Amino acid sequence: MATIQKNIYIFFMALIFILLIIPNTIFGDNEKKETLIQVPPPPFSEDIFPCSECHSDMEPNPERRVLEEMHDDIILKHDENNRWCLDCHDLKNRDKLHLANGKLIDFTESYKLCGQCHGPKLREWKNGVHGKRTGYWNGKKTYLLCAHCHNPHSPKYKKMKPEPAPDDPMKGRR
Amino acid sequence: MSDNKTIEKKESRRTFLKKTALASTFATLAACGSDSSWEEFFQKNFKTLDDDDKNKIIKRLEKKYTEKYGKKFSVSGKDPIDDTLFGYGLDISRCIGCRKCVYACVEENNQSRDPQIHWITVLEMAKDKGVDLFHSHADYERELVPDDDHFYFPVACQQCENPPCTKVCPVGATWKEKDGIVVVDYNWCIGCRFCMAACPYGARHFNWAEPNVPKDEINPETHYYGNRPRPKGVVEKCTFCVQRVREGLYPSCVEICPVGARKFGNLLDPDSEIRYILKHKRVLVLKEELNTQPKFYYFY
Repeated sequence: MATIQKNIYIFFMALIFILLIIPNTIFGDNEKKETLIQVPPPPFSEDIFPCSECHSDMEPNPERRVLEEMHDDIILKHDENNRWCLDCHDLKNRDKLHLANGKLIDFTESYKLCGQCHGPKLREWKNGVHGKRTGYWNGKKTYLLCAHCHNPHSPKYKKMKPEPAPDDPMKGRR
Repeated sequence: MSDNKTIEKKESRRTFLKKTALASTFATLAACGSDSSWEEFFQKNFKTLDDDDKNKIIKRLEKKYTEKYGKKFSVSGKDPIDDTLFGYGLDISRCIGCRKCVYACVEENNQSRDPQIHWITVLEMAKDKGVDLFHSHADYERELVPDDDHFYFPVACQQCENPPCTKVCPVGATWKEKDGIVVVDYNWCIGCRFCMAACPYGARHFNWAEPNVPKDEINPETHYYGNRPRPKGVVEKCTFCVQRVREGLYPSCVEICPVGARKFGNLLDPDSEIRYILKHKRVLVLKEELNTQPKFYYFY
């Protein structure tokens, strides 16, 4: 008799334990998935990507120079005295960027490249303080890449024309 | 005989008074405008009503607005989300003073175009003066912003934890909701404007005339305490886009800001962006000395 009671007791305890555990794991997981970083595609100029489309037939030239035939619209204003194209763009795989240690990364991960110098900004971006988030304050958010707001070749944010000033509060009363 | 006569006279005088009283009541009602119905006139303070009565009012308003603007209107009466206290962050080192937020807010919240009502005022302040309201300007006109010698300081309702505006309302038409948003029941507001005098931030605005919003620009997704069309003679204010944030969305100004200077989140959630800002950034509130305890945090 006592063993049956004991068995029933153990069975119910196990059941309660399972019921407590299951929802936690399932819903806990869901919550995390919702807040995953979502990055829209990088802001390429029209018909420029994949780069290999043109570059695959060309002899790679690693020598630092001023580009004259192509990409002459790009004016580098981003530590231009010390850097040039191939510090970020990869010589061999034209469709990728590379980090300082040579590791290849996709254009969609360009924030890793920016973060090599701009560490504190990358940290703030990851925490949603630097950069812009849209969507749900309690759910799915859309991030922008650094390059969506800052042209990587000339990153200072461009000035813009402001919207009209508010009406004079004394309008119609003077 | 004479006794009877006096009684008759008294009765006729009484009926006369009754009739006069009734007639004057009707006259007053009629003068209240053809827009307002019987139900609207006798409507009670919204927050004191039960769900049934609230739904009836919402149905009536939806019908009224749909007829008026020729668009399917939805008026939400959604209550605060549990365990939520909204907080707002604004990065004054990043704001460029483009005023996009001002006009996004006007469109989202159906503010009157003429006479003009803006819930957000962007102040231009001189860098060498710092945060100094006395030397700030809202009417700056520039070819391009940001100007090199100035920074920008947008001001809207600070959603105070200790709001002076709700305390002075003589009829209880404005109050702080559980999620921290200070709201107005436009149907209960008598338009005395005491709250505007009490607000130290100039965040409340009065409808001096019938609000004027073009039919093709009206936003039909509304909330009773938020962006539904307002009548003439009531006070309105920023509600953190109550119609959006209670559905989980960011306020309209956060969505539009081109530099991402505007941040929004739940102060009770330790993992939220706004809590990260309070913990890691240099934060200030406007007119701290008044102990209004704003939930609108400027940081840099």
